Amino acid sequence: MTRGGAALGACAALYAAAAGAAPAQTALDPAGPQAAHIHTLWHLMLWMCTIVFVLVVAAAWLAVLRRRRQALETPQLHESPAQSRRLTRVVATAVAVSGFGLIVLVVASVATDRVLARMPHDEALHIELTGHQWWWEAVYDNADPSKVFSTANELHIPVGRPVIFTLKSNDVIHSLWVPNLHGKKDLIPGRVATAEMRADQPGIYRGQCAEFCGYQHAWMGLLVVADPPDRYTAWEDQQRKPGAEPSDPQAVAGRAVFESTTCAMCHTIEGTLANAKAGPDLTHIASRMTIGSVALDNTPSNRAAWIADPQQFKPGSNMPAHNLPPETLGPLLHYLDTLQ
Amino acid sequence: MTARAIGEADGAFERPGDERDSAEIPRERGGIMGFLTTVDHKRIGVRFIVTAFVLFLFAGVLAALMRLQLAVPENNLIGPDRYNQIFTMHGTTMMFLFAVPIMEAMALYFVPLMVGTRNIAFPRMNAYAFWVYLFGGVMIYTAFILDVGPDAGWFSYVPLAGPEYGVGKRSDFWAQLITFTEVSGLLVAVSVITTVFKQRAPGMTIERIPLFVWAMLATMFMILFAMPAVMVGSTSLILDRLVGTHFFNPAEGGDALLWQHLFWFFGHPEVYMIFVPGLGIVSAIVPVFARRKQFGYPAMVVSLIATAFLSFGLWVHHMFATAIPDMGKGFFTAASMVIAVPTAVQLFCWIATLWTGRPALRVPLWYILGFFFILVLGGLTGLMLASVPLDLQIHDTFFVVAHLHYVLIGGAVFPLFGGFYYWFPKFTGRMLSERLGLWNFWLFFIGFNVAFFPMHILGLEGMPRRVYTYSAAMGWGTLNLISTLGAVTIVISVALFLVNVARSLRSGAPAGANPWDADTLEWRLPSPPAPGNTQGIPVVNSRTPLWDDGIVGEVRGLASSPPEVLVTSGLDAHPDHRMAFPTPTIWPLVAAIATTALFIGSIFTPWAVVWGAIPVTIAMIAWFWPSHAETRRHRALEKPPFAEIAKARGEERTA
Repeated sequence: MTRGGAALGACAALYAAAAGAAPAQTALDPAGPQAAHIHTLWHLMLWMCTIVFVLVVAAAWLAVLRRRRQALETPQLHESPAQSRRLTRVVATAVAVSGFGLIVLVVASVATDRVLARMPHDEALHIELTGHQWWWEAVYDNADPSKVFSTANELHIPVGRPVIFTLKSNDVIHSLWVPNLHGKKDLIPGRVATAEMRADQPGIYRGQCAEFCGYQHAWMGLLVVADPPDRYTAWEDQQRKPGAEPSDPQAVAGRAVFESTTCAMCHTIEGTLANAKAGPDLTHIASRMTIGSVALDNTPSNRAAWIADPQQFKPGSNMPAHNLPPETLGPLLHYLDTLQ
Repeated sequence: MTARAIGEADGAFERPGDERDSAEIPRERGGIMGFLTTVDHKRIGVRFIVTAFVLFLFAGVLAALMRLQLAVPENNLIGPDRYNQIFTMHGTTMMFLFAVPIMEAMALYFVPLMVGTRNIAFPRMNAYAFWVYLFGGVMIYTAFILDVGPDAGWFSYVPLAGPEYGVGKRSDFWAQLITFTEVSGLLVAVSVITTVFKQRAPGMTIERIPLFVWAMLATMFMILFAMPAVMVGSTSLILDRLVGTHFFNPAEGGDALLWQHLFWFFGHPEVYMIFVPGLGIVSAIVPVFARRKQFGYPAMVVSLIATAFLSFGLWVHHMFATAIPDMGKGFFTAASMVIAVPTAVQLFCWIATLWTGRPALRVPLWYILGFFFILVLGGLTGLMLASVPLDLQIHDTFFVVAHLHYVLIGGAVFPLFGGFYYWFPKFTGRMLSERLGLWNFWLFFIGFNVAFFPMHILGLEGMPRRVYTYSAAMGWGTLNLISTLGAVTIVISVALFLVNVARSLRSGAPAGANPWDADTLEWRLPSPPAPGNTQGIPVVNSRTPLWDDGIVGEVRGLASSPPEVLVTSGLDAHPDHRMAFPTPTIWPLVAAIATTALFIGSIFTPWAVVWGAIPVTIAMIAWFWPSHAETRRHRALEKPPFAEIAKARGEERTA
């Protein structure tokens, strides 16, 4: 079973303009200004610390190895005043140099922090992101209430435009982390936090919950797709539409299954009777690249296997197994296929 | 050059007819009752060390299981439920049941020997502290085996560990384990602090205290101030879970973040409670193997104390991702970096000592070289974590896993293994094999770096902590496999250490009193030291008493039955008075059993606190009940001193 990989790679190929073919999840390849500033700071720290490491360890190991012996000789009880002065001078110098290095690091760190706090917000996109065990609920905010829409586990953002996340949690503490774009911010129940990001290169950036949140912490993934503005607008328009009207009898039957079985107790499909919020919004499920919070590629066979037994892929998941007979499952899967 | 032989000193001050001296050094009771009733700090210290080491092995096995699960992507060896219990138990055991207790145990064993006294202060309380600790460990492992082991991480963040999401009794066992170990830790801290302040050998003024003892003193003060915070936290947690208080429930006016403040106000100093004793061990080993006095003693002492203070100002760097105000972040970044200064001072002083010495490169010194390499690397990655922006990227990733193991294994476990090789002859009277020791060291050193260095890269490449598996598409498989191979190497290394210990116990070379020609007072006594340690209390006039004839005499006249201890003044260690110490008794064990019943019972019903308090009270009363026979024996010794004894004592004082 390939999980969230192969088909995603194919999708990523659509974004040939972006560097990588597979979805990226690394702090070492920044795609936005926040991650880029942190990356610069990382290089400064890495080089300074490497130099200090080599010098200190070389001094310590050389001190022993250059005059090593096996025998325990008569201990030296006194050092001459000259030796004592020399040692004091050397140690004091080393401490002073260390102190200076630390000041450089503190200043660099605080300066980076201030730059990050002062990124421009003009024309920001506002997304309310709520953490659930173990998936992400996203509401794209808009001044015009009719333009607000929901989705889950896969965010699209326009390249070059800042995004401001309002972060909430529905249950336990989660943490938003899309390393190619920015560092972490926790989603804490009872509190509201904000996070900002901007993607300057189109691409698919993978994120993952970074605060331990229970059984399926490992498979609480998130995709952030940075689209060129026109493609983003097209996606946004599509997401605002209600779920596709079934156009053939099998899809009609599938919708009936969705509305009349346990599916509707947790999930929403806009434009149908199903409007529960306990699980991810499925209005445009077929347009997403993955299911189960980036646990599986979103293929028909994976969807069937997931519905039959989610516990096989995400043990402890809140979605129960559904032993649907083929005459029910077939139309349901067909209907989900149409939800572009 | 070496110490004046004990026999010599004996002769100098022996006065026939003095009843106090005529009694032999107190004999320990043998048999099972002797085992259960002892209050000798060395017997308790050794069993404390052995218990902590066994728990270290347990936690190591759990670590190996985690590494096997993570060796390849999408592995099905261990499911998420068991995996979460395993990593929680690993962290909880290492932090609460191994690292801090073994350092307490080292203090329990060596501080009285190094300050030249006959037993630790409050010896019965120490026996009780050990039993409480042991029963806590037994409880948590019993729960784990029964599949009710805690599964919310060693940090037990609410609400995941709270009543709503932490269902069952798993987190209750965790919260009560904290209570067990903290009770034990606080009692040991009080004992060690009292011993250092009031029982030092006459003449061991404050500027002659060995650095190991200073480090332990600083640690015990940290325990005293930090542990109450986590006890408040764990008690509030169990109240939330058991009786429905809402300390951490935002829906009822509580706060999920409050837990993190309470936990890390303890949790960050805890790192230093583990690391500062490590510094103490390094300071004990370096001068002995450099064959010269430690350079910069006052700077070393000030650095230890500064570290202990500063360690309380850093806790928020565990919480940078939780929306802390900017001003606060700047402060905690600066504080987290400033604490590097006292550590740097100590590193440079050790290097200066080694550089100007004639180093004898034996196994303990190899471990110090390993310490330098690993700890410095871990300290530098710590600076990266102290920086708010960088921390936001590497926080809660495998980078932190690498960092914390570099700091704790480098800063505590390598010195500890060096310390085992150094002091094993003192514990047992036999040497460990140098050849096996070198294998042990190199396999540990290489295995450690192979296991943990790749984790830095994994973290930067986006691998979060505490995941039971990961997708093959992430490309983290190779480094994880390498890391697992390193873990296997560590397992082999620790197994070799156990072989070394077993062989030495059977047929190791006899060590004699001072095999390393070391400088501190514990090496003056036979290996292992007799019960009651010493008949005469040494009078010292040097920081390195065994090197420069620093023992100028002995204080005699302390009775052995009931055992008497010489109490001295805090700063200058002037003899103050004799004090009768408690005798062996079963009551600390009984009280510990009653306490255990109370703690475990309160996991299931709040009424256990009410009814459980009764047996605890009874046991404590019996524990403190004065014994008429003992009082009679003690009073019989209280008679006006003979003129010659008075004269002899006068000579000692002036000496």
